Amino acid sequence: MAGLPDHLLRRSAEARAKAEGRDVEEVLAELKGEAPPAPQQEAPAPAATPEPAPAPPTAPEPAPAPAPAVSGAAGPARDLNAESASSGVPVPLLQRAMEGRARKEGKPVPAMAGAPAAAAPAAPSQVAPAAAAPAAAAAPAAPPAIPEGVTTQRLLTVVKAGAIQQVKSSPQDKVNVWPHLLAIEFVALMVVTAGLIVFSVFVDAPLLEFANFNEQPNPSKAPWYFLGLQELLSYFDPQVAGVIIPTFGVIGLAVIPYIDKNPSVKPSDRKLAIMVFSFFLFASAVLTIYGSFFRGPGFNFSFPWTDGIFFDF
Amino acid sequence: MANGNGRVGLRERISQAGDHIRTSQVWSSIFRPGSPFRAGYTDSPRNRSYVIMNNVLYHLHPVKVKRHAVRLSYTLCLGGLSFFLFILLTITGIFLMFYYRPTSPQAYLDIQALATDVAFGQLVRNMHRWGAHLMVLVVFLHMARVFYHGAYKPPREFNWVVGIVLLTLTLLLSFTGYLLPWDQLALWAVTVGSNMGAYAPVIGDQVSFALIGGVQITPDTLLRWYVLHVLFLPFITVVFMAVHFWRVRKDGGISGPL
Repeated sequence: MAGLPDHLLRRSAEARAKAEGRDVEEVLAELKGEAPPAPQQEAPAPAATPEPAPAPPTAPEPAPAPAPAVSGAAGPARDLNAESASSGVPVPLLQRAMEGRARKEGKPVPAMAGAPAAAAPAAPSQVAPAAAAPAAAAAPAAPPAIPEGVTTQRLLTVVKAGAIQQVKSSPQDKVNVWPHLLAIEFVALMVVTAGLIVFSVFVDAPLLEFANFNEQPNPSKAPWYFLGLQELLSYFDPQVAGVIIPTFGVIGLAVIPYIDKNPSVKPSDRKLAIMVFSFFLFASAVLTIYGSFFRGPGFNFSFPWTDGIFFDF
Repeated sequence: MANGNGRVGLRERISQAGDHIRTSQVWSSIFRPGSPFRAGYTDSPRNRSYVIMNNVLYHLHPVKVKRHAVRLSYTLCLGGLSFFLFILLTITGIFLMFYYRPTSPQAYLDIQALATDVAFGQLVRNMHRWGAHLMVLVVFLHMARVFYHGAYKPPREFNWVVGIVLLTLTLLLSFTGYLLPWDQLALWAVTVGSNMGAYAPVIGDQVSFALIGGVQITPDTLLRWYVLHVLFLPFITVVFMAVHFWRVRKDGGISGPL
């Protein structure tokens, strides 16, 4: 069981011991493949033992000597087993990282307390017959038992809760669209259609005289939805009322969601937003009504009940 | 049910014919499983889901929505009515296109002829005009409703932006249609309205020139705005509506954020 953190190994051993009715320490020892108090003897190469069998690892038995001679210019020796125990990172990974770092920095690999013998440059001249043999790592920096050009991956990982998308939804009070919503919608469409037909039967669309370029009616009014703007034209420069205000109005409307960062949708939490929006809504309504009904000839102020309505739909 | 003299009654025959049609291959190829029009439909929760799921309406509605969202007072159906009015205006508009020629004296004469020579011509024109004004109002109210419900908040920000584009397109559709009767009202309302756009800095004159097809409104403007009104703007609007509805289904709409 090379490379498994101790606590996982122990948990597995406990489960197995419970299932088989044996002693935990005994199972643990068996899982580790050796006598219990021998952490140095963990198998060196995870890739060499893909089968997670409780049998002793197939990799060659590590040499007991930790090869202190190599540690010449490579910095202090490190006790990977101790580091592994404290950090929870498996020994082979620590070892590979250390070797990779050493290779990058161009230094010899530092000696390891309890390191497997494969890392020691015992026989540089010896060419291994099999690529999978640990001795193939003739160069001191090469990882043990992993042939050149072969990348190995560990699939064991711990997925924290909440780190992936939650697909479970909380139950909500919902109703079927059919028939509940569709029935309402159908009735709404019928009511609007009926209302429109009835209104159209009794009220004709306006049609004035033929278009005459030489005779401008007084007052000339834009369609009603632009009358607020036309009203503004009588207060401001055309550049302002005709261009800047409508442009900023449309852009301002469009960027509302990006300005209003308040996540709440409760009206009591959104007093400012509602106030500002209502102000503009109210202002445009007042301007439109004013421009529609209170502007007479020359676009001058007039009361609709005394001077008549100068407005056509 | 046979009547007294042993012959099959008329009602029975009609009922049999109806069953025969509803079980035919043609009928069941038209109505997908779960459709209420299909033979053997029963009102079960499963079928209630199928009615939506196996229907083109699935593009617009999920199978279920929150109970509070169904209340009429919650949305007032404003979004749906905007869409419906768009369809209604398309239908009446196509009708009007049969009788309308966008040239200078003829346009006005054709509108006059609608009232005198065409069956239901005046009614359809009225519906088109009042429906258009109503649509502007409904779209505007829809926007206000969405704002007051805070329905533009994440993840639905972009759909609000699409909605603003649709509001602008609605105004443009209405405005381009305003000119088409070619009477004094149309001519001078559009003159006043498009004069405002000409004040735009730098590009104002060019935009104005391109839109009205000259330095001032002429009969050529009529053709230009006609094409904008019946083809170009509806096309753009449909594209944006498709995105709008799709985002409603993806980001949440009537039922709140998904």
